[in-house]
Amino acid sequence: MLQTELGESSKPVQELKGATVRLVGDSGDGMQLSGMQLTNTSALAGNDIATFPDFPAEIRAPRGTRAGVSGFQVHFSSEEIFTPGDGLDALICMNPAALVTNLRDLKPNGLLIVNEDSFEDKDLKLAKLAKNPLEDGTTDGYRLIRVKMTQLTRDAVAETKISVKEADRCKNFFAMGLVFWLYGRDLTPTLRFIEKKFAGKTDVATANRLALMAGWNFGETTEAFPTTYQVPPATLPGGTYRSVIGNQALAYGLMTAAKLSGKKLFLGTYPITPASDILHELSRFKHLDVLTFQAEDEIAAVCSVIGVAFAGQMGVTTSSGPGILLKGEGMSLGVMMELPMLIIDVQRGGPSTGLPTKTEQADLLMAIHGRHGECPMPVIAAASPADCYDAAIEAWRVATRLMTPVMILTDGYIANGSEPWKIPDVQTMRPIAIHHPTETQDSKFLPYERDNLLARPWAIPGTEGLMHRIGGLEKEDRTGNVSYDAANHQHMVNTRAQKVRNVNDLVEPPVIFGQRSGDVLVVSWGGTFGACRTAVTQLQALGHSVSHLHLRWVNPLPAELKAMLAGFEKIVIPELNTGQLRQLIQGQLSISAEGINKVEGKPFSVGELVAKIQAIALKCDSQIATSE
Amino acid sequence: MNTALPVLKAGDFGSDQDVRWCPGCGDYSILAQMKKILPDVGIPPHKIVFVSGIGCSSRFPYYMNTYGMHTIHGRAPAVATGLKIANPDLTVFVITGDGDSLSIGGNHLLHLIRRNVDLNIILFNNRIYGLTKGQYSPTSLQGHVTKSTPGGSLDYPLNPLSVVLGADATFVARSIDFNTKHLGETLYQATQHRGTSFVEVLQNCNVFNDGAWEHLTDKDVKDDNLLVLHHGKPMVYGKNNDKGVRLQGLTPQSVVLGGAVNEQHLLVHDQSAPEPHIANLLARFSNPDLPVPIGVFRQVSRPCYEEQVHQQVQQAKAKSKGDLSAIFNSGDTWTVS
Ligand SMILES: Cc1ncc(C[n+]2csc(CCOP(=O)(O)OP(=O)(O)O)c2C)c(N)n1
Ligand code: SF4
Ligand SMILES: [Mg+2]
Repeated sequence: MLQTELGESSKPVQELKGATVRLVGDSGDGMQLSGMQLTNTSALAGNDIATFPDFPAEIRAPRGTRAGVSGFQVHFSSEEIFTPGDGLDALICMNPAALVTNLRDLKPNGLLIVNEDSFEDKDLKLAKLAKNPLEDGTTDGYRLIRVKMTQLTRDAVAETKISVKEADRCKNFFAMGLVFWLYGRDLTPTLRFIEKKFAGKTDVATANRLALMAGWNFGETTEAFPTTYQVPPATLPGGTYRSVIGNQALAYGLMTAAKLSGKKLFLGTYPITPASDILHELSRFKHLDVLTFQAEDEIAAVCSVIGVAFAGQMGVTTSSGPGILLKGEGMSLGVMMELPMLIIDVQRGGPSTGLPTKTEQADLLMAIHGRHGECPMPVIAAASPADCYDAAIEAWRVATRLMTPVMILTDGYIANGSEPWKIPDVQTMRPIAIHHPTETQDSKFLPYERDNLLARPWAIPGTEGLMHRIGGLEKEDRTGNVSYDAANHQHMVNTRAQKVRNVNDLVEPPVIFGQRSGDVLVVSWGGTFGACRTAVTQLQALGHSVSHLHLRWVNPLPAELKAMLAGFEKIVIPELNTGQLRQLIQGQLSISAEGINKVEGKPFSVGELVAKIQAIALKCDSQIATSE
Repeated sequence: MNTALPVLKAGDFGSDQDVRWCPGCGDYSILAQMKKILPDVGIPPHKIVFVSGIGCSSRFPYYMNTYGMHTIHGRAPAVATGLKIANPDLTVFVITGDGDSLSIGGNHLLHLIRRNVDLNIILFNNRIYGLTKGQYSPTSLQGHVTKSTPGGSLDYPLNPLSVVLGADATFVARSIDFNTKHLGETLYQATQHRGTSFVEVLQNCNVFNDGAWEHLTDKDVKDDNLLVLHHGKPMVYGKNNDKGVRLQGLTPQSVVLGGAVNEQHLLVHDQSAPEPHIANLLARFSNPDLPVPIGVFRQVSRPCYEEQVHQQVQQAKAKSKGDLSAIFNSGDTWTVS
């Protein structure tokens, strides 16, 4: 009813392939919520989407300061996209601090919408600005649109009984309404959201609805906007879709893996950004036999999972860098006991508390080597928010088949980012077969006997006749009894290492995108997939001989990796660290590679990758030969 | 006859592994008593799991023909919590040392106890780090001269029972390796409690801290230094049962019976008192002013953690139906043909 009241815009419509929009304001301004709404409506409009929420570590840094700026970037497109976009087409700023910290990302002549009401002297002072950036030439070269959002919102909600303070909290809905008008977005899903979110608070719900509509109406009536834009639906493979956030997809993947293997899912964890949302998500599904345990610390969390694994269920622990380090000794015990379990590291900027809300890929070497002794563990890295789902299932498949802990790496960027997800049909997925030995009477049970892939049997307490003891002390081959024998230790170290290499017998090898030989092969892992794939696609379109290889399993490296790399003159490895995969490849394969590395707490932009890879491509022999 | 369950004997609970404690170590006695009581407990070996940390004491699981996990230093409580949540049907024991449970694993001990997971903790208190060859431990007395404290230790010792009572333990007991009968009975009572049972066993490390509990085990003096607690009985002790403990205000006092003071003036032990006030006092009794109590200090009932975990699951199942597909398809979806 409401939508029909407002109808469609009567202004001329300009069609776009896609747009990148960022909403920025104070931590308390509700920008994350607004961004999620824009994401959902864009996804529902059939666009491909990619998002990048970016918020400070402090819950509420002092109001109006640069430290408190919180932003949410949405890229929606009628074409397949892999990144939240480089340059912004539109930037919506709720205060001066947001403007000065974000303006450099706006494209020349880009649309800059500001809440004019929050550019008073006190606001400028909070943002440490001597002059008003709306007046000193700062915004020259952009299409600046000043909107008295605070006043317009207050006017719009005047008929409700809410206080001025509460009215001011509706500003983000006004901003949303305006953006929705601008890009021809349907208001219905957000109206539904308001109804649900503020159920029982009729006044607030009404006020937010009025603010949203006022924003829409403002776009329609103001002369500042001559046209509105339209981004047609993208052509995605057939199926039912929804938008999914990385941490949520990971939780769904874990639940699916449990279901496929006939196990109960147990998450033992301790809260830490950016991993906590996996706990929050899973704790909602008790009715599906999902147990969540908020332990006293990360050590207890991983240890509880070891107990769960011994008991024969699916144990998972989640954390970020600092917590993963605390789990080190427990993970080593898991490796020694040869029990299946998953350890999930949602990477963030380090060292120490570092940049807790920002992304980084600097835990790779810790994931692979960060335990004592010869302690190999398979490590898989998810490539995108939706891929977290598949990575979780694949990791559990490997963990149970080989009887080993497996680590899953994601990062703050894909954990909080969202993209469209084709909803799978769990009924038709390949089950994860697990065999527990049953009672024996006569022969003596051998807990460290091995099968063709070197996995040991998973015998669980409660089974008659299979009583056995496992522990951290070195095991005698086959019997599992404590053994300090020199040759046995050598044999067991070799066996555990070979078992991890056997992952390659279980998983699909990676595929080169582009020609199998040529000038440059870009090798990536984890959350940089989207930026690398987009950059390589653009370079290929420009006629460069550039291919892309994305690694899913980073330990073990694929058996055929060396042969794949051999076809290229230059290997380029972009990473959000100082060169960790590069070190691995150089060390394990003796192949030299060039790194593109940054640790700024932000993902790569496509533009910077294109420029850097292109510079390397231009130095290749074939390029030099043709230019001579 | 062939339908009857086999009658288990102590020997059925021993594994085929050679026991590697030093000859004369108090751990042997605890192992023997454990094997002895388990047939009476009546749980078959395949439903029992011993979980330990690291230390001499923590080698215990290897010697039992049950399921066992020899884990890492201090963390057995966390491992056992996961195990018990995953399979509440198992009977679980945590075997730990004074260093294992009160130093590196202090945090986990507290949290296991406050959650009241239904399992049994047996703390072997020898007031020393045995396995690492004789450094002082969190229960070593101040001034203790060890390899790491040639000038005497400065750290004030922890009292294990005060610590666990502080975490609201529902079953708290103490026994002594030398008192085999009392030890067996105490272990048995621990197994009969629903919730976390905590038993401190005063254990002699004859290699690195010999005689740490001599005042409580030496035939000539022990009866005058020990108070054996009996539920519902006045607190009488002494070689000739001629002494007792009474309360003067909030202060416990040792008194000689006879004359004006008789049993009616003494404290009567009530292990099921809802508040642990007296248990807290008892935990702090020490020689020479007061006798050291052994027996069950406290046994009260409180819901077990893992039971509540599974109750929540049942309640959730009663409330929400639906499967993965329903969850995945909830909220806003769109279809591409
Ligand atoms: C992480 C870690 N730190 C230190 C050690 C070394 N360590 C092994 S046992 C032990 C102390 C054991 O003392 P206690 O718990 O009292 O057991 P006891 O040997 O006396 O039975 C220490 C420090 C270890 N195994 N692991
Ligand atoms: S060192 Fe002490 S505690 Fe350890 S086995 Fe020997 S006597 Fe027992
Ligand atoms: Mg000790």
